[in-house]
Parts: sequence; C-alpha cells; structure tokens
Amino acid sequence: MRKIQSSTLLNHFRIEADQLCVDYNGTVALYDASLNLDAGCICGLVGMNGAGKSTFFKALMGFVRPSRGKIRINGLSVQQAQREQAVAYVPQSEGIDCSFPVSVWDVVMMGRYGAMNLFRIPRESDRQAVIHALERVELLDLRNRPIGALSGGQRKRAFLARAIAQRASVLLLDEPFTGVDIRTEKLMADLFLQFRNEGHSILISTHDLSHVRDFCDLVVLINKTVLAYGKTSEVFTSENLTMTFGGVPPDLLSGPTSIEP
Amino acid sequence: MIELFGFTTNSPASFVIEPLSHEFMRRALVVSALVGSVCGLLSCYMTLKGWALMGDAVSHSVMPGVVVAYALGLPFSLGAFVFGVGSVTLIGFIKQKSRVKEDTVIGLVFTGFFALGLVLVSKIKSNIDLMHILFGSPLGISSNDLRQTLIISVVVLIALTLFRKDLVLYCFDPTHARSIGINTGFLHYLLLSALSLTAVAGLQTVGIILVVAMLVTPGATAYLLTDRFDRMIILAVISSVISSLLGVYISFWSDIETGGAIVLVQTILFLMAFLFAPKYGILKNKSFIS
Repeated sequence: MRKIQSSTLLNHFRIEADQLCVDYNGTVALYDASLNLDAGCICGLVGMNGAGKSTFFKALMGFVRPSRGKIRINGLSVQQAQREQAVAYVPQSEGIDCSFPVSVWDVVMMGRYGAMNLFRIPRESDRQAVIHALERVELLDLRNRPIGALSGGQRKRAFLARAIAQRASVLLLDEPFTGVDIRTEKLMADLFLQFRNEGHSILISTHDLSHVRDFCDLVVLINKTVLAYGKTSEVFTSENLTMTFGGVPPDLLSGPTSIEP
Repeated sequence: MIELFGFTTNSPASFVIEPLSHEFMRRALVVSALVGSVCGLLSCYMTLKGWALMGDAVSHSVMPGVVVAYALGLPFSLGAFVFGVGSVTLIGFIKQKSRVKEDTVIGLVFTGFFALGLVLVSKIKSNIDLMHILFGSPLGISSNDLRQTLIISVVVLIALTLFRKDLVLYCFDPTHARSIGINTGFLHYLLLSALSLTAVAGLQTVGIILVVAMLVTPGATAYLLTDRFDRMIILAVISSVISSLLGVYISFWSDIETGGAIVLVQTILFLMAFLFAPKYGILKNKSFIS
C-alpha cells in the first residue's frame, strides 16, 4: 500500500497491527495480520463469516489478547487508547435489545461516560456534546423517544451519534448499511466523508461489496489474515475477491500479500 | 363493622393503625418495606439483564451458607455472599469445562446447593427453624436478624444507586461499556453480590422459595408501565413496597402465610399492569380486542 504521507499524529499511524495473531483456546482466528492505517480514512473490512473481521475489531477494542504480534492505536497500546476513549464501536442493530427502557438522549449520553466521573454525572460540556452529535445525525427532535420507537435507520444513527459524542478517533462499524432507509444511508455516507476529513479513521465490516466500492477509499481483505489492503481502486479486484471468498486454504498462504508497488 | 379480605375490622383506619400497637408488627412492616424497596430496585436489573433464572439459582444456593453461618455464629449475610457468588462461579466453571448446556447446569447446581442446605439443617444441632428459612417470617424476626437485614438493605441500596448508570449501560450494551474502558467484570460481580445479599434479605420476609418473585415481579410490572429506566425503578420500588406492606397487613388480619400474601399481591399488581397498562397492557391493544 502507498502510505499517505500526511500522517498528522506525530508520525504515528492511526492503527498499526504488526503480525497480529489471535487464537481462542487453540483455534486460530487471525494470524500474522499486519496493517497500517493513517488518520482520516474510510476503510472496508471484507471477508467471509468467520474470516476474522470481528476478531480484528475485538483486538482493537481490547477484548482479546493477541497471542503474538502487537496492535497500536495512535501509537498507544490498546489499553491506553481505551482510556483515551479512542475507539468507538457502532453495533449491529440485531445485537441490541430494542425494548430496553432508554431514550435516544440516554443512549448518546452513554458515549460520554468514559470522560465523566465515576458516577457519570453529566456536565454542561457533556450535554453540549450530545446535542451536537444528535444534530449531526438529525435526531435532535427525537431525543426523548424511547430507543424502541425508532426505525432501524434512526436507531443506527443514534448509535452513530453515541460514537460522535465519544469523540473517538477510530470508529468501528458492524454492517452499518443493513436495514437502513435511503435517507439514513445518504446521511451516513456524508457523515463518513466529513469524519474522514476531520481525521477520523472509519472501519466498516460488511458483506455488502457494492457499499465498499461506493463508500470506502481503502479496503482490507481478510481471511484469517490480511490477504491484501490498499486503495479500493487497486485492491478491490475480482481476482483478489476470488482469493478472499474463493476458499484458498489459509495454510497455502505465506503470510500477508500486501500490494506494494 | 366492614369486611375486608374475609375478615372484619371496625374501619379501614383501624385496619392500618391497630397492628402498629404491636412491637412485632412494627418490626415486620419496617423490614418488609425496606426489603421490598431493595428487591424492587434490583428486580429492574434482573428483568432487563434476563437474570430471572440466575436469581432463582442464587436465592436457593445461599441456603447452606445461611445454615453454616448460623451454626458458626457468623453474620448470615457472609454465608449467603460466599455461597451465592460461589454458586454462580461454579455454574460458569462447569459450563465452560463441559458440554452440558447452561440452563441444565444452573438447575443442577442450585438444587445441589439447596439439598446441601436441607441436609445441613437437619444435621447441625442449632435453633434454626427450617420453615423460617423456607417460607420467611417477618412477624417473628429476631433483633439480630433485623439489624443485619437493615444493614444489607442499606448497603445494597446505596451501591445500586451510585452505580446505576454503569449498571444500566452494562445491561443494555456491555460491548460499548467494555470498549470505553468500564470494568464490566466489576459490574457483573457487583450485581451478583447485590443479588446474593438481597436474596438473603428477602429470605426474611418471603423465604427462600418465593424470594425469586421479589426479584422479578416488581421489575416486570414496572417494565409494562414505562419506557424510562428511572421511572421503571420508581414504579418497581413502589409496587414492591406496597405489596410487602399490604401482604404483612393481610397476613396479620386473616392469619395467612406472610410470604404467600406478599407475593400474591405482587402477582395481582403484575396482572393488573398486564391487562390495563396504558401502552403495553393487552386491553389497550386494539388488535387484541377486534
């Protein structure tokens, strides 16, 4: 991959994975995955079910400990990055109990918890951050609605607002385009561009290849390891996709085949 | 003379006031109200986290702990805490190390603990009244038990109130909680400890067998009445305290089992919410009527 030289953060990559290996009780989920992402990108993670996309997300959130290799966010360890609220996760709607008695406002305020004191008493700055985030996803009018009264697309925007309120530099999105209406899709696409220009790095895990082609400027192909990554125009080829989805056994691969010019 | 619940009293006022002249009734009402409020608060988390079965397991598992603590002259809360948290740890361990499904493991572990408690009661020479533990007896609570129950209730109330927001987040979206660095393991054990302690407090009023009702029903009732967590807590606590007090009064006047009376009132309140709740009651649902 060609490095984007305008790296803003003291020469640190936004995300840096170096020969990352993760296994669950002896079953390999990810091996020798290496990857450098700069600040300000929209990056699609493409791979089959069980290819290691969610394991990679978990490693970025500090939920799994790599058995080998390392992962750094803004030059910090995952734990330090977590303390700085650097990573926000936007869940798939299916993973959320929609009948839970919380309002849109409550959900977005949860993005601020990490920055609050132990008893999570919001200050004026937290309220301003929530209002600002709700404005950006056009949900301010619905802030008092229970989360269950929203449509699928609105709910997705609410969780996106939570990530905005958190002011994370890395956004992890799990299947963001499933079950959303046209308005939400357009709004999210615009927001992603704005986020990228503000220096956020957005990682999108999805099965939906057409959205990757349309929205992502970078793409990472995953099958138990990083098969290839780089500009969508260069990496997103039918040959590479066949490799990703076509059942090349992982043991035949000799590590990441990065497409370096 | 008017007739209430199959017994006679001079007026509704004397229904309430007359029992207050008895020391044991004043104690019973205080302890029931307090235990009711703690159970009401905790029941919101139990219903939202889907821990009803866990509540049943823990409340039964504290039994041997209570017996051992009594026999050794230790605070019963200590025994309950050790065995309550221990049972859940054991459930997790067996589930992880074997191919047996979780609900089977839960059923297996808590009945095992409960049986151990029954055996211990019959073997250890002490003045423990088995019926007292199984069915509760707020009308006959000792000063020592009263003091311990008060302390437990206050501690649990304070802990659950202080960590309210983190606990809600933990129940709602544990992934987000972890990703922003909140210690979800701590919250899990906080809730578990609160459950063990509340189970042993609830044991005083309704007994081990019915305590799970105290840990589930008020939350479920409140859940049908509101979409706001803070209001859900208030409604659950109110319905739980009302059922506890009313249960004690009914039990006094008509000489019926106190625990049974409390839980029956709770169940009736739930059924009323189920039928008549403004938004989620089935009678408000047009498709149900037509």
